[in-house]
Amino acid sequence: MSNGRFILLACLVGVALVAASTFVTNEYYVFAAYFVLQYVVLATAWNILGGYVGYVNFGTTAFLAIGLYSAAALNKWLDLPIPVLIPIAGLLCGAVGLAMGYLTIRLRGVYFTIATLALSVVVQTFITNWDYVGGSRGIYIMRPTDVPVFGSYVAYLFFLMTVLAVASVVIARVIERSTFGFGLAAIRDDETAAAASGVPVLRLKLVAAAISGALMGMAGAPLPFYLTYVEPTSSFSLAYTVNSVAMPLVGGTTSWLGPVIGAVLLGTMQQAMTVLISSSVNLLVVGVLLVIFVIAAPNGILGLIRSLRGKKVDPETNPLAAILVTEKRSSQ
Amino acid sequence: MGQVAGLLLDAIVSGILVGGFYAAMAVGISIAFGMLGISNIAHPALILLGSFIAYVLNSQFGMDPILVGVLATIPFYFLGTLLYTAYEFAFERRGTQLIRGLAFFFGLLFITEVGLQLIFGVDYRLVEAPYIGPSYNFGPVSLPVRMLIPFLASVLLLIGLQIFFVRTFTGRAIMAVAQDKFALQLMGAAPVRIKRIAFGLSTATASLAGAFLIILQPVEPSMGRDYIGRIFAICVLGGIGSLPGTFIAAVIVGVAESITATFYGPSWSPAIAFGFLLIALVVRPAGLFGRA
Repeated sequence: MSNGRFILLACLVGVALVAASTFVTNEYYVFAAYFVLQYVVLATAWNILGGYVGYVNFGTTAFLAIGLYSAAALNKWLDLPIPVLIPIAGLLCGAVGLAMGYLTIRLRGVYFTIATLALSVVVQTFITNWDYVGGSRGIYIMRPTDVPVFGSYVAYLFFLMTVLAVASVVIARVIERSTFGFGLAAIRDDETAAAASGVPVLRLKLVAAAISGALMGMAGAPLPFYLTYVEPTSSFSLAYTVNSVAMPLVGGTTSWLGPVIGAVLLGTMQQAMTVLISSSVNLLVVGVLLVIFVIAAPNGILGLIRSLRGKKVDPETNPLAAILVTEKRSSQ
Repeated sequence: MGQVAGLLLDAIVSGILVGGFYAAMAVGISIAFGMLGISNIAHPALILLGSFIAYVLNSQFGMDPILVGVLATIPFYFLGTLLYTAYEFAFERRGTQLIRGLAFFFGLLFITEVGLQLIFGVDYRLVEAPYIGPSYNFGPVSLPVRMLIPFLASVLLLIGLQIFFVRTFTGRAIMAVAQDKFALQLMGAAPVRIKRIAFGLSTATASLAGAFLIILQPVEPSMGRDYIGRIFAICVLGGIGSLPGTFIAAVIVGVAESITATFYGPSWSPAIAFGFLLIALVVRPAGLFGRA
């Protein structure tokens, strides 16, 4: 499928989602769908650096919180509307991603990972000490009372998040099929060989880090209006990080479809479990799934589907896929 | 002596004491990450697990937390060998250790944290022992015994490990495994077995560090991740895999944090370690005592 057709299709899916949401009478479902779409953005953003290049970012919370708090602060200061706040948050987080990448990504990949983990702690320290946005007490955000066209504010937020989700999936897919994406894949497979073949390794990694960071920040910008009250402890919840890592790894990291599958599956599951059981238990389940998938099915659900289509499977590296294939053969 | 000088001196002394304890937390990472190349980011969560074991045995049976820490090194050692066996089987053998190995340890960190939360809730827990409370005073400088004991025990732990690494065959083999696996095989040592022992040791230090942590301050399940940046900063600053370097770096970070907390307020001190980490990574990734 060409990029143009894909974009058209993605937009149609987005329009269908927004249209469907207007028929839903219970607003809770729209809230839940917003949550899932937010994870589509976060997981896709994580995958651009983690899946395509192979650099693991454990600082999703930091980027999300920078987006969130910059939106909250600018809204308080200048009363800017969300469509203006989103690109600002994106620029800010893109710059942070670029800076983090520039300082640490030139070294071994693991240093980048550790630095991103530490980044969350530092950003949290700054926010906790920043009185303008309430410090550790938190801040209330006033939603504007009049919403044109959409009727309710939740519907408006849902529309914005749908736009962001469609945009990030399109960006991921365009990257995947471009020379830029092939360069990233070459770095993932063998960085030294890529550099020797003339791939501008550092530049590509930095661009990927910036795009990934920017998308995470943009996902954070509408969040204060969705929550209406934000404070540091819950804004820096490790749940955002663990989900944005688990979703691509469960779905499959080599294609744009993987993070989407992971986000829809794990996101819906968590919404259902939060209502039915408890929110701690559902986080535990996400952690367990993450560990099971990295051990037993390193290529995620997409990898399992692919191996069922009959390609050869190495049981040593892909245990779960190997079991499925033998099951399928014996049933035939 | 001026009041500022007194405060400064007190901050330096408590920074050194806390720094010694940081060394006990960091030494496990120094072994796993520095010598074996395994980025065990779940280590701080294991330390918290050690703290809660000390809490349970102390509050139920009145056992001394340090004694619990020492006894728990044995199950922690076996837990470590088990974890390494899984890690080696699932990642090292397939050559996918970087991304998926990191995700694996991150998953473990998360599972341990949420598991502890489900069992103990989010309240702060503390232990009781005769040495928690009293403190010696020398002018403006106070030496709380609850800080002195973890410091001394940490120093002993590091000296013991250093002697083990330099003097014994297994210890030297661990140091060698990171440098040249093939040469080690020629010397008649199996790299996987050596790494398993080393990872067990690294995990065993978490039970001691956990006991020290709960003596120093009340603990709560999600505290571990605040220490990740700090611990890795210490390891990188100290030079990957160097124990004396780890100790000196830990004291430097401890003193810097303590001075910041005294003069600018404790809410700023978490940012210090990150500053050190970034500076170390940018200026000298090999650390103060590492091979360049």
